[in-house]
Amino acid sequence: MELTTLPIVPGKRIVEHYGIVTGSSVRAKHVGRDFMAGLKNIFGGELKGYTELLQESRQEASERMVQQADKLGANAIVNMRYATSAVAPGAAELFAYGTAVRVE
Amino acid sequence: MADLVVFLTLLVVGYIVGSILERRHFRSIEARELETIGLPATNLEILPPGRHENLGLVVGSAVISVDYFKRFVAGLRDLFGGRHSSYESLIDRARREAVLRMKAACPPGTTAIMNMRIETAAVGSQHIGRRNGIACLEVCAYGTAVRSL
Repeated sequence: MELTTLPIVPGKRIVEHYGIVTGSSVRAKHVGRDFMAGLKNIFGGELKGYTELLQESRQEASERMVQQADKLGANAIVNMRYATSAVAPGAAELFAYGTAVRVE
Repeated sequence: MADLVVFLTLLVVGYIVGSILERRHFRSIEARELETIGLPATNLEILPPGRHENLGLVVGSAVISVDYFKRFVAGLRDLFGGRHSSYESLIDRARREAVLRMKAACPPGTTAIMNMRIETAAVGSQHIGRRNGIACLEVCAYGTAVRSL
């Protein structure tokens, strides 16, 4: 599966469009990680635990989107975007969407 | 009284450690920005002339929080309004770090990153009416790595 944020797949021609595909994942924060975040709150700086957590869930959202595209018979996703929203205190939704296409 | 001592200690510790960490981080960002200056990241959708190969999506992200002192200053600033300079540096750090990580995630042979997007989200558990929420920010930069043939 080729993923791209461009409206085309460089070097290839799009032969068929299958419409939008989406994937999302909602994560709550880990209690242990939240404790470390509390300490970091005093000193400032990067919260590595959160960076990893959000990266993992973004990966999961992408995988779900790719699965959906697979079912449609697509072999590439163009114009892909990510979106993040805080749905509740302590939980974040990671959302990935794009257009499934078939390229030569 | 004891509360006041704890508060002042946190303020001083936050200020000293926070500003040392921030200065170190900015130095590291500047050094890495110079190293990756040969790899342009653009938000153009149209490829430069010539044939290109798609190397796929590249993502970089960073979650950064402010220190205790800056949050206190920001709280005061809320009363008077105006420029939140303590949050400006937080956002700047997070964005530049995310872009650098995206560049670091590029597969070998990448000549450019096209149609880069930067996503910002407040992920802290900031409850309404609760003062001790975690003020932190996630920035995610993503784009398409291409190689010119």
